[in-house]
Amino acid sequence: MPKGIGWRIGLIGIFILLSFLYLTPTLVSKLPSWWSGLLPKDKIHLGLDLQGGTHLVLEVDTQKAVEGTLDIVATDLEDTLTGKNLHFKRISRTGSDKVTVVLYEKGTADAVQKLLKDKYPNYEQSPLHDEGGFVAVDLRVDEKDAQDRKDKAVQQALETIRNRIDQFGVSEPIIQREGINHIVVQLPGIKDPQRAIELIGRTARLEFKMVREDIQPNAATIPDDAEILKEKSVDPATGAVSEVPFVLQKKSLITGDLLTDAQVRIDSQFNQPYVAIEFNSLGAKLFDQVTAANVGKRFAIVLDNNVYSAPVIRERISGGSAQISGNFTEKTASDLAIVLRAGALPAPVKIIQNVTVGPSLGQDSINKGLMAGLIGVLLVVVFMAIYYKLSGMVANMGMVLNVIYLMGALAAMGATLTLPGIAAIVLLIGMSVDSNVLIFERIREELNLGKSPKAALDAGYDKAFLTIMDSHITTLITAAVLFQFGTGPVKGFAVSLSLGVIINLFTSLIGTKVTFDLFLHKGTAKKLSI
Amino acid sequence: MHLHLLGKTNIDFIGKRNISFVISSIIAILGIVGIIQIARGAANMGIDFSGGTSMQLKFAKPMAMADARTALHKHGIARVDLQEIKEGNKLLIKIDKNAGAAVGKSADAVKASFTSEFADNPFVVESTTEIGPSIGDKLRKDTLVAVAISFLGIILYIAWRFDFKFGIGATVATIHDCLAMFAVFYLFNKEINLLFITAVLTIAGYSLTDTVVVFDRIRENLHKNLKGAMQTIFNTSINEVLSRTIVTSLTVFLAAASLFLFGGEVIHDFSLALLIGVLVGTYSSIFVASPIVVLLENRALAKQGDKA
Repeated sequence: MPKGIGWRIGLIGIFILLSFLYLTPTLVSKLPSWWSGLLPKDKIHLGLDLQGGTHLVLEVDTQKAVEGTLDIVATDLEDTLTGKNLHFKRISRTGSDKVTVVLYEKGTADAVQKLLKDKYPNYEQSPLHDEGGFVAVDLRVDEKDAQDRKDKAVQQALETIRNRIDQFGVSEPIIQREGINHIVVQLPGIKDPQRAIELIGRTARLEFKMVREDIQPNAATIPDDAEILKEKSVDPATGAVSEVPFVLQKKSLITGDLLTDAQVRIDSQFNQPYVAIEFNSLGAKLFDQVTAANVGKRFAIVLDNNVYSAPVIRERISGGSAQISGNFTEKTASDLAIVLRAGALPAPVKIIQNVTVGPSLGQDSINKGLMAGLIGVLLVVVFMAIYYKLSGMVANMGMVLNVIYLMGALAAMGATLTLPGIAAIVLLIGMSVDSNVLIFERIREELNLGKSPKAALDAGYDKAFLTIMDSHITTLITAAVLFQFGTGPVKGFAVSLSLGVIINLFTSLIGTKVTFDLFLHKGTAKKLSI
Repeated sequence: MHLHLLGKTNIDFIGKRNISFVISSIIAILGIVGIIQIARGAANMGIDFSGGTSMQLKFAKPMAMADARTALHKHGIARVDLQEIKEGNKLLIKIDKNAGAAVGKSADAVKASFTSEFADNPFVVESTTEIGPSIGDKLRKDTLVAVAISFLGIILYIAWRFDFKFGIGATVATIHDCLAMFAVFYLFNKEINLLFITAVLTIAGYSLTDTVVVFDRIRENLHKNLKGAMQTIFNTSINEVLSRTIVTSLTVFLAAASLFLFGGEVIHDFSLALLIGVLVGTYSSIFVASPIVVLLENRALAKQGDKA
């Protein structure tokens, strides 16, 4: 055998072996037990467009997280100042970046200024100024701290969403951060996307607030420290929505972050589901105090500014458990339990992109993609066999190698195959024999010049080399750019295309060449079937 | 004996350049008009760029587009684009982001209106895509950057690989091919979406193959034979590689055609764009790239002549 054939055939063989090795986890549904350790386990994933599922992009309203922190600072200050007997008119967040403390007199103001400086050294304090005849001081959040808070809010939101999805039960979800305030969520094969979207998008801020029964909901004005929230209920028979307004104390007594558990239970009397919640020790203590102090009054259970129920406190409740009832179905109760367990989002999220593909369309796409691929292969194979005879078959063999290597490479990378990705593979079938066409046409010309098959072959490969490089490199340039900028399906296209182009260089320059060399190496062949 | 698509040809390609330039100019102008319309937002933009909602529904029985439109209008969804997919009673619904319904609610509104209007014709939602305006803006920007970088990359490669005049010919031909794709999509009011742009970029990379095949031969013959008239050398070269140019495109064309015919509705327009690109790419390497080089060469020669 002439020099150089051995290692080339070896290389081709090794690559075939590797491809099948990497493809095994994809092709075999259940790997045998000895298939572990060093052997590859990654497989080709199907994109959401092929297996069905939901792709969401969420935008976290990070400004709200900063505002939330400022609200807490304001509440905290109220308690501290009250505790120290410093009288104030009003403490509240003003605008999006500061808390304003309004005091009655200059004397307290000095004490407050000192206290603020000690308690919130990171905040920027404004000089005292006049506000409607009173003395006011602003506490402004530092730009960098606000940025930190926003960043943390996105991270927290991501963890919370991951938690919710895990509890909801989706196999192989992808949840990742993108850019400054976006979170990408992929839920493959999800059956009830609408429900999952609602579960993910909910802020789930649970609050217990006292009902202000001294004020009528239809009163012309309500005090600064009260607010009107509504209880919505849907009539199961007619689907009509009715709203009952409540006047509530603005300040919440207990919040959802003091929960340790939430479970769905069924009311044995009315056969109606409800959510049983458990507080942690601090929550239990607060709940005990609140109920003890307010027996006979009503308090409201508020979730995301909707009143769920507003029961009368009959007796002091110790022990730290309570229940949320409302017009629940089993599903809505279970979803509520999930969001309460997973915790509230630090800031509201907005769904800015939602791509949902049903499983039937996904399967349809796979079938049609495969069909198109098969027909494409068939057309090309037949054409090449007729036009270039035996040499055409060599090119066809190269094309099959190409597809095997490409699939192997996709599996090795754990890449995602999308419908455009399949299209890229089909396109590559055409492009891979393309290189061989360039070579063959050149060989024909050399043969016409009267060269021997062996000489014509070498000249053909030599002279076509640059042309092949040109076409591959330019295709690779655009594929790489598409990979960098593309999302989802387009990225799948770019992955298949760029891998395919590189692999094709190998198969067309080494794979098919070695086959010819093998047959022509003696240099005695009189004819080349081309 | 080898099998040939074409026997030995002797066509005066370069001589026909006036005709081809007219055709190509029309194509290019249409393409530019299309791009301007896209920039103005007046073209049929996919929701990935414009924002909005698109849904694909599969009905149990055939559904007339007019009925569907009336039903949607009745339920307050006014700005809506409908498209029928004949196979399997499918309906493609595209709702403008300003249709009135809140973001994320359009899909529900569509479902509700069809459920109540056509109780005897049940349907399943095969896919839903909702894109908020901020994402659309981001995608548009990303795409522009991607297109710019791709073209820069290709032009740099051409500049490095060819001498100046051939470089201009190849660049013009590449841009011509992309414009042709825009022209056809604009004329037939096909949707301009991410997949279309993907196809354009793919063809931008691919269309060079044919040009390279022709150019390589021209350069080879130029080196061999410096005496013949420029036009003759070019014509001979093109005729020599004519069948090769056609066969290389043919195999890719066959693959793209099978995608177009059998690949299903999701990639139908994408494959159409690829088909157009492959066809135009072959045409332009012969009728655009080469004549431009001849023009430039002749002009250079004339200048030299003036000096001498």
